[in-house]
Amino acid sequence: MDYQLTEEQQMIRDLARAIAEDKVLPVRAELDEKEEFPTQIMKVMGDSDLFRVFVPEEYDGMGGGVLDECLIIEEISRVCGGVALSYAATLLGTIPVLLFGNEEQKKDVLPKIAAGALAAFALTEASAGSDASNIQTTAVKDGDDYVINGTKQWITNGGNALFYTVIAMTDKDKGSRGASAFIVEADTPGFTYGKKEKKMGIRASSTTELIFDNCRVPVKNLLSKEGMGFIIALKTLDLSRPGVAAQAVGIAQGALEEALKFAKERQQGGQPVIQYQAVQHMLADMAMQVEAARALTYAAARTIDAGAKTYSKEASMAKCFASDVAMRVATDAVQVMGGHGYMREYPVEKMMRDAKITQIYEGTNQIQRNVIAANLIKETLR
Amino acid sequence: MNIVVLIKQVPGSTEIKVDPKTNTLIRDGVEAIVNPFDTYAVEEAVRLKEANGGTVTVLTMGPPQAAEALKQALSVGADRAILVSDRAFAGADTLATSFTLAAAIRKIGGADVVIAGKQTLDGDTGQVGPEVAMHLKLPFATYVKKIESADGGKLRVERLVEDGYEVLDIPTPCVITVVKEINDPRLPSLRGIMAAKKAEIVTWSASDLGDDVKRFGLSGSPTQVVETYVPERVKTGEMITGTVEQQVDRLVEKLKEAGVL
Ligand SMILES: Cc1cc2nc3c(=O)[nH]c(=O)nc-3n(C[C@H](O)[C@H](O)[C@H](O)COP(=O)(O)OP(=O)(O)OC[C@H]3O[C@@H](n4cnc5c(N)ncnc54)[C@H](O)[C@@H]3O)c2cc1C
Ligand SMILES: Cc1cc2nc3c(=O)[nH]c(=O)nc-3n(C[C@H](O)[C@H](O)[C@H](O)COP(=O)(O)OP(=O)(O)OC[C@H]3O[C@@H](n4cnc5c(N)ncnc54)[C@H](O)[C@@H]3O)c2cc1C
Repeated sequence: MDYQLTEEQQMIRDLARAIAEDKVLPVRAELDEKEEFPTQIMKVMGDSDLFRVFVPEEYDGMGGGVLDECLIIEEISRVCGGVALSYAATLLGTIPVLLFGNEEQKKDVLPKIAAGALAAFALTEASAGSDASNIQTTAVKDGDDYVINGTKQWITNGGNALFYTVIAMTDKDKGSRGASAFIVEADTPGFTYGKKEKKMGIRASSTTELIFDNCRVPVKNLLSKEGMGFIIALKTLDLSRPGVAAQAVGIAQGALEEALKFAKERQQGGQPVIQYQAVQHMLADMAMQVEAARALTYAAARTIDAGAKTYSKEASMAKCFASDVAMRVATDAVQVMGGHGYMREYPVEKMMRDAKITQIYEGTNQIQRNVIAANLIKETLR
Repeated sequence: MNIVVLIKQVPGSTEIKVDPKTNTLIRDGVEAIVNPFDTYAVEEAVRLKEANGGTVTVLTMGPPQAAEALKQALSVGADRAILVSDRAFAGADTLATSFTLAAAIRKIGGADVVIAGKQTLDGDTGQVGPEVAMHLKLPFATYVKKIESADGGKLRVERLVEDGYEVLDIPTPCVITVVKEINDPRLPSLRGIMAAKKAEIVTWSASDLGDDVKRFGLSGSPTQVVETYVPERVKTGEMITGTVEQQVDRLVEKLKEAGVL
């Protein structure tokens, strides 16, 4: 389908695809098997200016939009959803600074991100998953510092990022109005990494605990004002969710292509299995779903790029729909390929494992449906 | 260190078709790419520049659309691009091609190192690099797989030979041709691509390269392509079949017949 991409967007997409095929494809199985972080690929992506895309020009970036980002994430995910996540999570960790950082904070963080440094976003804790308001990590003001204590869990890019946006309670009595967001740099005394998780999929990405033990962060690292923590988190997720949708579209596209290629080659009953209508119809359904997910994702991204004031419904729709599609399409790709699809020698079993996470993180798809429904109800009250 | 890289745009397909009437390559309708060996030449030049300073100039002789190949080289770090293009250059064989390229290099003001690919995908002769060196009266090394060092007015290079490699010291200015083992070419950056898009490509015509016009193009090309054909496969092998014993007997018999045993 013709999505009317600008010349610049086609350029971005083509470059991301070249990196995916030249640099990611040859190592994706090994990175998955060894649960190894793609340091070298992140460097290539940095050197190719792909981290500049979402940084404004005045901070050494290229001032691109959400759709530009989505194109990159989709192309890398088409080959490896895990590698793409290390990139996408950097965007997630940088959005709080983009949206709420003051001039000094932007000057400090953004040029480094533009040059390829990684970032992370730390909200989740052991007792605060979907219910983020239950976070226990605290930040107490002491002179020119805040002293942070607590443990974040399942943080993508943990141990590999240079900047972490950390949500902590500055005033527990105020409940959800008592959280604040801080920029914490790697190597800040009192900040260490805990357990590295062993995962089902996206195994090239790192997911770790962040441990704060009397970690002192200068007051200037507070984003916006005290009490803004959850607002910052929610706005960040709204802006980031089209990226998860793009990751899902990429994984689904990759799975579709693999299944199609295999079905044309695999001979059974004296003919390629693609000659069976049952197989053809599965492929047709997969292709339709992928295209619909892509269309919704790009539409949500364009809505944001066009300057919409609120877009949580659109972002949630894209994330939820595309991730459900990715899971179905990847599962069907395994089915089309039969036993071969189940073997690690072929990439679709990995794609099926990778697809699952897109239904879970940055808000489970149940939570996305809550968001969509809440917006529908709100709209009827207007 | 000033470096000139010779690059050629070639059809991006391994199926090269020859027009049976004119005996020239059919180039229409085939996607054009930079000759793969030349991408290694560009990368090596950019690395030399990054290590030693200087500039990288990419040079091609070809039709106006060859400017695309030059832009690709600019997007990965070349500083300047020159397109040598004129109807007068059409029909050039390797002699006329190398004569023209040498004239262009002189007009550039020479270079410390001229780097070419080991051969092209289409013409495939591997002659242009060494011939450019002869026209410029420069020493050259072909099939270079590594530049060990580049200082003190010389390059120390490793040059692939049949059963290993040679290490040569070669004084600059010089010409080298490179093989794919020499490096892993970088991908372009977005900024590089955008700058290359906007970049001005200097174009030189025959009159810019002096008045020895009869040495350009067809008139400067003594090569006559009389006929082109795919050589017939002559079947010489014989498959020996049967049980192992039968096969051994047959083989021994054959070897005796041939007078080997
Ligand atoms: C690989 C990975 C990477 C991650 N990276 C990050 C990261 O970088 N930063 C970060 O902060 N977090 C990260 N997370 C955490 C992720 O965002 C949470 O896992 C997610 O928000 C869900 O929380 P939970 O896992 O605790 O599930 P729970 O909240 O325990 O949910 C369990 C089940 O209950 C359902 N449920 C819960 N509440 C509701 C409700 N209100 N309505 C309907 N259903 C509900 C859920 O949909 C789910 O089915 C990551 C997680 C993983 C697995
Ligand atoms: C049967 C046949 C028909 C042909 N018909 C035509 C024709 O009709 N029109 C036509 O234009 N050519 C034609 N040629 C090709 C032409 O003779 C050669 O392409 C040209 O002289 C270069 O030689 P090559 O491709 O073998 O380069 P090689 O010697 O293999 O190239 C080695 C290196 O020299 C450099 N180099 C080569 N060519 C150039 C260039 N043009 N600009 C810059 N650097 C270069 C590159 O670095 C390259 O890697 C034909 C060739 C054959 C075999």
